[in-house]
Amino acid sequence: MSAHDRKEEEVRRMLDLGHPRVPPELAARAAARGRGILRARRAVRAVAWVLLLIAVVAFCVWAAIEAPWSAPPREP
Amino acid sequence: MNERRAARERRRAQEFELFVAGAGGRLLHAALLLTGEPGRAVGSGAGVDDGSRGTEAAERLLTASLARTYADWGRLRGEDPYARTRQEMAARFARTARRYRHPRGGVLDRLAPRERLVLVLRLHEGVAEEQTAAALGLSVERVRIICTRAVNTLRSRPATPPVAAARQAPGAAP
Repeated sequence: MSAHDRKEEEVRRMLDLGHPRVPPELAARAAARGRGILRARRAVRAVAWVLLLIAVVAFCVWAAIEAPWSAPPREP
Repeated sequence: MNERRAARERRRAQEFELFVAGAGGRLLHAALLLTGEPGRAVGSGAGVDDGSRGTEAAERLLTASLARTYADWGRLRGEDPYARTRQEMAARFARTARRYRHPRGGVLDRLAPRERLVLVLRLHEGVAEEQTAAALGLSVERVRIICTRAVNTLRSRPATPPVAAARQAPGAAP
């Protein structure tokens, strides 16, 4: 074992003070917050879908009215 | 559809609770080392519920990281939730490192926030140099330098804090 490893081992022992007590409600709080994140993600996804739908409908309406695929009327 | 989602949510909540019950102590310890709060080891005597456990910032850091793990639970695809939470915690701590510059009485008080982060990942969590470097966006060389400097700082000064001394005493004299 090199001197470097020994130093690291010493510091590792210094850090190892035993685990603190985890408050019993910590998991529930984290889960509630996690559910909030999920709700926010679902909301963002829903809004994105609605916007996409609006864009598709708008494009279809525009295409039906303008009919850009038909040849332009011939100039006399 | 809604019933299936409810069932999925229930299963997720159960699995998550089991995970926190198993890994919470270790994660909170890592968080405590990062925030530099003194904390208090299990079984270190009475008065644990005196309102200030000295772990508030660490609990906040851990709760926020665990919330992300909860939200991503269905997308872990075999990845270790512990490693995911640790990664999130490291990233979160690195983003908010300025808050933790002032000494709070913890073991790693004398170190700068980034030195603490490298030291905790490398020595306490045993993450490899390459992975630590990738997680923090540093070069491997830089991680090695920071770690060596942190180790030297900790060893150079009379470092044994009262908590460590109290815990080492019974072990030293069997």
